[in-house]
Amino acid sequence: MLKVKRISTIVSNYKKDDSADVSVGCGRNCLGACCLNGAKLPLYICKKLKNSNTGEKVVANNEAREPPVTFLESLVLGEWEDRFQRGLFRYDLTACETKVIPGKYGFVAQFNECRHLKRPTEFRVDKVLQSFDDNKFNFTKVGQEELLFQFEAGEDDEEAKFFPCMPLDPENSPNVVAINVSPIEYGHVLLLPRVLDCLPQRIDHKSMLLAFHMASEAANPNFRVGYNSLGAFATINHLHFQAYYFAMPFPLEKASSKKMITTDKKVEISEVLNYPMRGLLFEGGNSMQDLSDTVSDICVCLQNNNIPFNILISDCGRKIFLMLQCFAERQALGEVSTEVLDTQVNPAVWEVSGHMVLKRREDYEGATEEKIWRLLAEASVSEERFKEVKDLIFDAISCSNQEEELERTKIHQQNISGSVNQKSNRSNGGPVT
Amino acid sequence: MSITQSLFTSTTEEKEGTFTTLWIKEALDDLPHSFTITDPFLSGHPIVFASPGFLQMTGYSLQEVIGRNGRAFQGPKTNRRSVMEIREAIREERPVQVSLLNYRKSGSPFWMLFHMIPVFGREDGRVIHFVAVQVPITGRKVSNGTGLREMVFGSCRREVCLGSYVHQERVVQVEMDEQDLENWEHCEASESEKLKSAEAVSNVLAVLTRYSEFAGRLVCGKRCCLRGADCLSSSLVISLGRIKQSFVLTNPCLPDMPIVYASDAFLTLTGYKRHEVLGQNCRFLSGVDTDSSVLYEMNECIVKGKSCTVQILNYSNRKDKSTFWNLLHISPVRNASGKTAYFVGVQVEASCRDTETKELRPETRQLSVVGAVRVAVRSSFMVTC
Repeated sequence: MLKVKRISTIVSNYKKDDSADVSVGCGRNCLGACCLNGAKLPLYICKKLKNSNTGEKVVANNEAREPPVTFLESLVLGEWEDRFQRGLFRYDLTACETKVIPGKYGFVAQFNECRHLKRPTEFRVDKVLQSFDDNKFNFTKVGQEELLFQFEAGEDDEEAKFFPCMPLDPENSPNVVAINVSPIEYGHVLLLPRVLDCLPQRIDHKSMLLAFHMASEAANPNFRVGYNSLGAFATINHLHFQAYYFAMPFPLEKASSKKMITTDKKVEISEVLNYPMRGLLFEGGNSMQDLSDTVSDICVCLQNNNIPFNILISDCGRKIFLMLQCFAERQALGEVSTEVLDTQVNPAVWEVSGHMVLKRREDYEGATEEKIWRLLAEASVSEERFKEVKDLIFDAISCSNQEEELERTKIHQQNISGSVNQKSNRSNGGPVT
Repeated sequence: MSITQSLFTSTTEEKEGTFTTLWIKEALDDLPHSFTITDPFLSGHPIVFASPGFLQMTGYSLQEVIGRNGRAFQGPKTNRRSVMEIREAIREERPVQVSLLNYRKSGSPFWMLFHMIPVFGREDGRVIHFVAVQVPITGRKVSNGTGLREMVFGSCRREVCLGSYVHQERVVQVEMDEQDLENWEHCEASESEKLKSAEAVSNVLAVLTRYSEFAGRLVCGKRCCLRGADCLSSSLVISLGRIKQSFVLTNPCLPDMPIVYASDAFLTLTGYKRHEVLGQNCRFLSGVDTDSSVLYEMNECIVKGKSCTVQILNYSNRKDKSTFWNLLHISPVRNASGKTAYFVGVQVEASCRDTETKELRPETRQLSVVGAVRVAVRSSFMVTC
C-alpha cells in the first residue's frame, strides 16, 4: 500500500526565517502549540529496512576492521557534541568513572552521583497501560534546543535522504530524536515517535518498526536501542525509546540461549539462559519487519495483561531481548532486600542488560559480580511466573498467525470483488497496490 | 585492521607483498654496512636478512646465515654477560649497544660493536623485527683488568648518545693481536665507531620505514608513543581508525603536549608522514604568518580545559609547501577514569567547506569527530585485547 506523505516545501535559503529561533508563545521555546510555529529541525529519512538474511553482518569484535562512521552516526554524534558543549546536559557524563567488574559476565559499573537528579516518576508503577496525562511532564514541554533531528522511515528502495532544515509540521506526525539530559553514556538520545501526537508509553507496531530502523541505520552494533514499559522503570508516560553508544557487548548479549520455537514468519524465539533475569531472545524472520512485528505482537499482549517488560534492540536490529521483571511490584510489597534497596538502583533496560549506574561511591568501589547478580535477580520474575508468561506469549503468536491468515483471505476476496481495502493505516489516499 | 606482518614474508594472497620484499631486499643490499635483521616471531628468533657487509665480515654465505640465530656467531670466549645484556634487551624490546666477541667462519675471533634496535609495527605497536648492526672495533683495550665494565645500557636510544660514555680508566691503544683478542674481557669502541653504528642503524631503519609504507605494513623505530604508559591501546587505535576526517590526539600530561595519534586524513592534509608528527607538538604547522594571538587564545583554552574553534594559517609539507586556512576545533577528552586524558584537534581546510545543502553542516561534521573520539577514548579501556 503506497503511503503518500505530505512533505512541506523546503524553505529556500533566500526565504530562511532565522527569527524562528526567537522564543515566542510560552517563552520556553518548547514543542507545544504555543511555540511550534516556525520550528525547524534537520530531517533524516532512512533507507527501507533490508531483508535480515541478506543484510551485511557488521562484525563488532576488535579483531576485524570496524566499519567507518556512517552518516546517521555523524549526525547523532555531531548534534550531541554540540549540545554537550553548549552545556545542555545536567552533568558531564564523561567525568563519571566507569569500569568493568572482573568476572565471567563483564558487568559494567558507572559511578554517577548526578543521575538521580533526573526527573522522578510521576505516576503509579503497578499499571503498564496508563492514559496520557497532559498535566504531567511530557516531551512537548522540552526546549527545542534539546531536539536533534526528525527521523522518518524510508519508502521502498530509496536511498537515505537528509534535509538540513525542515519545518516541524504537526500534520506530518514527525518523529523526533532528542537528547537525554541525564545521560548514561555518550550519545544518549531519546527516540520520540510521533511526539506531537502525545502517545502514552506503550508499544505499537509502527513505533517499534521505527526503533528498528534507527538501530539498523546507525549500522553500529555499539548503538543499542532500548525501551522500558511503565512498571519497568519508564519514568515518563510519553512514548519514547532510548539509545546510546556502548563499545562492548552487554552481559545480556553474551548470555547463552535455548531455542524454543520458530514462528511461521521464520522468527526464532529463544529463552535466555545463565543470566540473573528471565527473558526471551528474538532473531531471524523473513524480513526485519516480520521480526519487528512479532516482537510488537508480544509486547501488546504483555501490555494488555499488565506485565512489565524491558526491550533491548541489539546488533543493529538483528537481535531483540525481551526481559521480564517485577522489581517495582516486589518493592511495593516490601520483598526486596534492604541491601539492594539502599543502592537506589532502579533496574531499567540498561541495568537489566548489565550496565549499572551506581549513585554511592561505596557501591561503586565495592561492586562485585556477585552483588550485581543478586540485584538483578531481585528484579527477575519467578520460574512459575515466567512459564505463565511464556504460555501467554505462545498463545498470542498462534492467534496472530491465524488472524493474519484471515486478513489475507479477506483482502484477497475484496480485491477480487473490486472494493476498497479497509485495512487501517495512516494513508492520505493514493493508489492501492 | 590486520596486525603488521614481517617485512620479509608475504602470504600467497599478497602478490604485492612479494614484490615489496624484493624491493626491500634490493635496497638493503645497497647499504654498505654490516647488519642483520631478525624475526622474533619465528621459532628460534632467526636471521631473515643479512647484508653483504655482514657476509664479508664473517666469511659466511647467505644460505649459511639465513634462518640461524645470532648466537651462531658467538664462541667460547664471548662474554656471557654481554650476551645476557642482549637477551634482556630483546625481551624488553629496547635498543642495546655492546661490544661483543664474534667468530668468523674460519674460526678467527673479532671484536665488534653490536648495536641492536627493535622495529615496531606502526598500527599495533608490536615488535616486528630487530635490526642488528656490527661495527668492527679496531683494538682499544681497556688498560687494567678490573673485570667487567659497567656499560651504560640504560641510555641506549636509537640516537646513540655520543660522549655519554665516560670512563675513568685509561684506555691504551694496543696492537691488534689475534692471539690475545680472545683473552680480552672487554674491548671499548671508539667514538667514531659508535657514530658509525648509529649511522648504520639509522640508514637501515630509513629503508625499512620507506619500503614498509609501500607494503602498507608500516614500521617505525619508536613504538608509537613516547613512554610505555602513553601507548595507545590497539583497541583505541582501531576505534579511532573508523573516523575518516583529519584529527590528532595530543597528550597534555606529557611535556610540550605531543601528538600521540594522527589520522590518515591529517597526514594527507598536512603532507607529513606519521613518524614525523608523532611525539611533536602541533606548532610545526604554524609559520611566519600564523597569527600569534590566535595561538595564544588556543593556549588559554587548553590551560583552562575548554573547547574552542579558531581559524589559523597553517604551513603544509605537501609538494607545493602551500599554506592553508585551518578551521581548527580543539577540545579536552576524558577517559574512563573521568579525567582528561587527551586533547583532540579536528582540522577542516577552510577552502573545502561543503556547500552541499544535502550534507551535514561543516560544524556538525567537525563536532561528530569530537564525539566519535570521546566514545572511543572512554570505552577503550573496556575492550579486552
